[in-house]
Amino acid sequence: MAKASKNQTMDETGGRRSLLGEALVHLALVVATAAALYPVLWVMSLAFSSSQAPSARVLPWPEAPSLDQFRAVVGTHDAAGRWLFGRQLFNSLSVSIATAVVGVGIATPAAYALARFRFLGKERGVWLLMATQMFPGVATLVPLYLILQGLHLLDSRAGLVLVYATTSVPFCVMQLRSSFEAIPVDLEEAAMVDGASRFQAFRMVALPAARPAIAVTALFAFMGAWNEFILAATLMSRAESFTLPVALQRYVGEHGAAWGHFAAGALIVSIPVMAIFYLAQRHIVSGLTSGGVKG
Amino acid sequence: MSACAAACMLRAPGMASVTIRQIRKTYPGTGLTILKGIDLEIPDGSLTVLVGPSGCGKSTLLRTLAGLERPDSGEIRIGDRDVTRLEPRDRDVAMVFQSYALYPHLTVRENLAFGLKLRGAPQSEIDARIAEVAPQLKLEAFLDRLPRALSGGQRQRVAMGRAIVRRPSLFLFDEPLSNLDAALRGEVRVEIRRLHDRLGATMVYVTHDQVEAMTLADQLVVLNGGVIEQAGPPLEVYARPKTRFVASFLGMPPMNFVDATLERVGSAVRARGKGLDVEVARARLPKADAPSEAGRAVVVGIRPQDVKTTDRAPAPVDLRFELVEGLGFESHVHGKLGEDGAPFVARLEGDEGRRIPKWGKLALEVAPADVHVFDRETGRALAE
Repeated sequence: MAKASKNQTMDETGGRRSLLGEALVHLALVVATAAALYPVLWVMSLAFSSSQAPSARVLPWPEAPSLDQFRAVVGTHDAAGRWLFGRQLFNSLSVSIATAVVGVGIATPAAYALARFRFLGKERGVWLLMATQMFPGVATLVPLYLILQGLHLLDSRAGLVLVYATTSVPFCVMQLRSSFEAIPVDLEEAAMVDGASRFQAFRMVALPAARPAIAVTALFAFMGAWNEFILAATLMSRAESFTLPVALQRYVGEHGAAWGHFAAGALIVSIPVMAIFYLAQRHIVSGLTSGGVKG
Repeated sequence: MSACAAACMLRAPGMASVTIRQIRKTYPGTGLTILKGIDLEIPDGSLTVLVGPSGCGKSTLLRTLAGLERPDSGEIRIGDRDVTRLEPRDRDVAMVFQSYALYPHLTVRENLAFGLKLRGAPQSEIDARIAEVAPQLKLEAFLDRLPRALSGGQRQRVAMGRAIVRRPSLFLFDEPLSNLDAALRGEVRVEIRRLHDRLGATMVYVTHDQVEAMTLADQLVVLNGGVIEQAGPPLEVYARPKTRFVASFLGMPPMNFVDATLERVGSAVRARGKGLDVEVARARLPKADAPSEAGRAVVVGIRPQDVKTTDRAPAPVDLRFELVEGLGFESHVHGKLGEDGAPFVARLEGDEGRRIPKWGKLALEVAPADVHVFDRETGRALAE
């Protein structure tokens, strides 16, 4: 009896301890989340305020909530009366989508070849590809500028896509190579015995199996281009050629800072990335290949 | 669609013998020769099992038949066609992989239809074939499921269905049961044999499991180190192993091997070694001039189940045992021959095994026909 009651006490103590531990963990998580969100909330409060300058308040809540900042940013027009914001949004979207398409389009067959075939110079080629990733983009800024100038592609979306592709293609190749390597070669061999050519086995079996990885890789390439600032700011000089990050930066200049516009613009720029993440999250979850082979 | 593909579609299953001539294969880079000149005839409608230890070349030989590996030299004929240099899709073969290799993004129905669609079969034909095969393999209930929603046994059946639905000239199985649990393995093994008997198709089956090999095969092919050690009907291979390797590979517990010398006693030939003095049947010796074998150093092979207890003294097989494994229906008695002879295992049936103590001496005898004799140098059986 005594033994039983002792056990009970220990259980109760153990239960209290774990409850306390859990509460502490939750408290720590709440503090960490608040710390991470606080600057974002400040940006939101600024974007929804009617004033241009941040006020010295602890709570990130707009003083007089309004959509004026958004109206002003979205409604930007140039001297000729053309809708500048729309133009810049189109620049950002088209350049980012093209970068993702070019990156994945070139990288997918290259990555498949690296994953599946033996050929002369394969390992050295991979090493060179990785070496290109070791240099920061700024290091290549001057030669890229000169090349685009020579090609008459300065201030053009095609030029910017070309420049972004130089970094997105190697990145996509490395990402997709490991994805193709993870697909059992048995699947393609089964297809070839079933009547497929090498290319059909790639198109009908390997490609669908790699679809989640391709989607995620394209998403990363898209985001890389969408967020990029330095190259775009250097290679694009006219306001109608700007991408959104460059346009955004122009609100905070030497002679004045329109923080309200900047905050509203920053939120607008974040929306497509969040939307794409939300839509693509089911692809990000791995497991499409599970069940095809043992295990 | 290739010319073969259209013709193959209409062909009845199992209309092909296979001839393999001097197939050699070395893997580039490693310099490792996996197949060292394989010659084999696979009769039309037979189930041939390739068996051997890991690395013996059995899977490489199967993949070479499928066209997934190119041989360095040699020739493969399926029926009257030389397929040595043909692509896998032009060989009219179907293969069941160890990993099942089901297309993960396609439903069971689409997996079954895949090969037929590629060959341009009309949809009505595809539907009819699936409707015919699905009940045979109990696949009707999950035709619209993805492979990941199936159990291991169900996936295995889909993999077989995908092969059957195509009605190929030749079925290839690469260790198809090795991912199943023991109970299911026995069940599917019987299914495969029934399937073969029903279709009458030519099948080549790779395994390292001797039970699968013995029970399934019409023709058993034992490979070792890239060469065929022996090929023939399984019971024939078991009863008359041509090499010490084949003798040791088939049978559980494995055959005992004892160094001995042949001696002539009257008209009989006896094998004598430490703890061993047994008569050897003429059938186990070279046909020509058997008595002249006297004095030859040999290795004697005796299967554990071929010995029985005896009252004869001195005992032909003098087993000093120190361990008895009782399995209920039989017992395995472990020890060595004589004072310090070769290790030896005897299998005793039922009651006899249960009666003996945990250690001691056991007098055993063996029929002369059950004494296998191998050359000590080459490992080849003396019988021709």
